[in-house]
Amino acid sequence: MAIDRAQVRHVARLARLALSSEDEERFALQLQNVLGYIERLQQVDVSGVEALSFAGDAEGGLPLREDVPKPCLPREKVLAQAPQADEQAFLVPRILE
Amino acid sequence: MSTLPLSQIVDALARGDTTPSKLAAESFERIAKLDGKLHSFLRLTEAEAHKAAKASDARRAAGKPLSPLDGVPIALKDLFCMDGVETTAGSKILQGYKPPYDATVVRKLKEAGAVIVGKLNMDEFAMGSSTENSAYGPTMNPWDLSRTPGGSSGGSAAAVAARLVPGTLGTDTGGSIRQPAALVGCAGLKPTYGRVSRYGVVAFASSLDQVGPLAQGSRGVAMLLQAIAGHDDNDQTSSPRPVPDYAASFAKGVRGLKLGVPREFFGEGLDPEVEKSVRAGIDKLKGLGCEVRDISLPNSPHAIATYYIVATAEASSNLARYDGIRFGHRAKGGANLLELYEKTRAEGFGNEVKRRIMLGTYALSAGYFDAYYLRAQKVRALIRRDFLQAFAEVDAVIGPTSPTTAFKLG
Repeated sequence: MAIDRAQVRHVARLARLALSSEDEERFALQLQNVLGYIERLQQVDVSGVEALSFAGDAEGGLPLREDVPKPCLPREKVLAQAPQADEQAFLVPRILE
Repeated sequence: MSTLPLSQIVDALARGDTTPSKLAAESFERIAKLDGKLHSFLRLTEAEAHKAAKASDARRAAGKPLSPLDGVPIALKDLFCMDGVETTAGSKILQGYKPPYDATVVRKLKEAGAVIVGKLNMDEFAMGSSTENSAYGPTMNPWDLSRTPGGSSGGSAAAVAARLVPGTLGTDTGGSIRQPAALVGCAGLKPTYGRVSRYGVVAFASSLDQVGPLAQGSRGVAMLLQAIAGHDDNDQTSSPRPVPDYAASFAKGVRGLKLGVPREFFGEGLDPEVEKSVRAGIDKLKGLGCEVRDISLPNSPHAIATYYIVATAEASSNLARYDGIRFGHRAKGGANLLELYEKTRAEGFGNEVKRRIMLGTYALSAGYFDAYYLRAQKVRALIRRDFLQAFAEVDAVIGPTSPTTAFKLG
């Protein structure tokens, strides 16, 4: 299966990754190789098989916790880790003109 | 004393043959002497450790330890959040990030009295099997510095093998505890999915990630698992089943256990020397009274391709959170929000991480979801069915962890 640079650019946009021209070329080749390897899964007979999305202890049961308010992390401690913040909120570049 | 296996350190502390402060000091001394060559640690938490050791000294002196682990030095793979201590997951994008809270397993270790001495190197976001994908440089195998300790929990394995600390925590998504433990020759356990909480653990692939211990012997591993296992309200995938007394299981021994040897694990690509050692190990267990039989896990040849789809798809989703807004690196000069995201992620992630995000995004994108992700989830159901059928017949499956011994770095 051939992957061209336009496809790589489309996927990179979905993934919010800026790619250099070199990156585009490299990822096109790498994606093609991995997808070639993964092709083998098309040979497996999966008729009537249900997809397994949860690998955990379904039989043990996954209880929902009581819906009661609990203290959350202190705002100033969380905002202190942001690249840009004021005393109340995260700051981002303008999104509306 | 700090170089003894964890279970013996626990006994020595109980007898009063050493103190938590002495153990911590010995551990830091050994790290200072040896880790310049190994690079298993990304940073030490000396101030916190000395304080914790002192408090533990007092509890031990008063005969009131919090648990058998009270005063034992432990180190953590650098993807466990620890309140106020830099946590990078081996990535530039998290450089300088100091989490505002403890992961559940870190809290549990602290509550057990363990003394946390530092954070350990790893492949970036746990993606790799050699630590060479760490943004901070590779870790060396203590038995041969030109070779890898494996990965992604390579720092966790090397630190145990070099006896810098008696025990460490790692994580395993596709072998990231088991493979490095095998390549340095220590014990490592990937517990059953759901046995240990992942709250506060940097996520890679959420339907696979599991936290587990590494130590010099299986008793030490069991003691660490005892401290970290159990349900957690903050991780809904953690199992509510009660945690058994793991130490008690050692009293039973292995006599009468039925072991299955999957023929698919001894196929092409297996180093003859590894096969010889594993067969010798199986014979040893036979001699100890285990019943050994050949079994088949017919879908295991599909495991790697299935893993590649499931793990990268989930990673592309999990790693969407690194956007330069709430924590971690933010690129300078993004003209608008989209550009800010794209530049931040391009600067912050290494090549292997980008490659996997690209593959995962592709596999989940419109038009390909059914062919890749959905199909991989179905093959995964078949792989699971193989194991369920095997476990109807045998108590455990035994085979080589890695097809080769530790490979050269580079």
